Amino acid sequence: MDLPHHGYRSTKQRTRGGPPSSDSVLFDDTSATAPMNSQGYYTPSGYSVDGPSADLQGGPGANNLFTDPVASAAMMYGSSLANQGKDMVNKEISRFMSVNKLKYFFAVDTKYVVKKLMILMFPYTHQDWEVRYHRDSPLTPRQDVNAPDLYIPTMAFITYILLAGIALGIQKRFSPEVLGLCASTALVWIIIEVLVMLLSLYLLTVHSDLSTFDLVAYSGYKYVGMIFTVLSGLLFGNDGYFVALAWSSCALMFFIVRSLKMKIIPSSDSTMGMGGAKPQLRLYITVATAVFQPIIIYWLTSHLVR
Amino acid sequence: MAFTLYTLIQTAILCTNAVAVLHEERFLSKIGWGVEQGVGGFGDDPGVKAQVLNLIRSVRTVMRVPLIMVNSVCIVLLLLFG
Repeated sequence: MDLPHHGYRSTKQRTRGGPPSSDSVLFDDTSATAPMNSQGYYTPSGYSVDGPSADLQGGPGANNLFTDPVASAAMMYGSSLANQGKDMVNKEISRFMSVNKLKYFFAVDTKYVVKKLMILMFPYTHQDWEVRYHRDSPLTPRQDVNAPDLYIPTMAFITYILLAGIALGIQKRFSPEVLGLCASTALVWIIIEVLVMLLSLYLLTVHSDLSTFDLVAYSGYKYVGMIFTVLSGLLFGNDGYFVALAWSSCALMFFIVRSLKMKIIPSSDSTMGMGGAKPQLRLYITVATAVFQPIIIYWLTSHLVR
Repeated sequence: MAFTLYTLIQTAILCTNAVAVLHEERFLSKIGWGVEQGVGGFGDDPGVKAQVLNLIRSVRTVMRVPLIMVNSVCIVLLLLFG
């Protein structure tokens, strides 16, 4: 397909000072379109596929959208406006939450997700629960299986909403409003739990390095257990539901206690005065968080399986 | 319980209003929760009571003006839309 390239080269030569005489017979068809091409400099590369048809048909009628200088100028203006808008939105969002911190939580890969899901469902054989650091900053989830991430909670949340829709549809209680209600209920419970955790950590002056996103991640891990529970409730009836509820509650409680113990309770061997709160208060927080999980799992799934 | 996001916003506004109307000298000092009782220990362990008093005082200071605006908006919206 030589014609598009020749067309492009002919426009370039035309701006420099006209084509050689041997080409003028071949490219008289594009002469009507060429001056309009040379103004929008990106249009020749943009529609080189249209080049042959335009050359064959000859005439400005075939490509009036891009060769119209006003339209091409408007397109360039629109794209620059869109870029400006995107920069402004990024600037405003980064004032409220740092996007880099959020990117850390989504730096996952398949191996990490598989291992983490297995740990969530069967945490009893996992030995080392320390979050590894690399020069004072925590390692990304790709390199450390103990690091919290936000990918699994987000996906589990969405899967839970879809499963709730399926479960309600099986019981012929489905309507689109119910789906939105279920989604916002689950979201509100996450927000309440994170706020209560933050409040209790602040009031008891527990100086830990748990950020808000860490707490969101840890409270989002229960959705994996919820999905498992709802699935077995749908497949195996009421008995399967209670068995899966007991299993995932125990696994999740174990997981939460072991994970938060590393962060909240100092593992060093100095006794009191380390960070400002008595060790038993920290233990109470950890255990209370763990006990809260099965309650929420039961609350949010029982109406789906009845 | 079926929560909606609107319920959450309502709850937040109600709770913040409740904390903001605790009067300093008529109420908090009478029950021993005044400002001067909050800055007790100077160690690195302020204790639960000092943290709670700190929280109440800071909520009252920070949220006074935004609460005025949010409450006015709520009043207007509830009058218009019931």
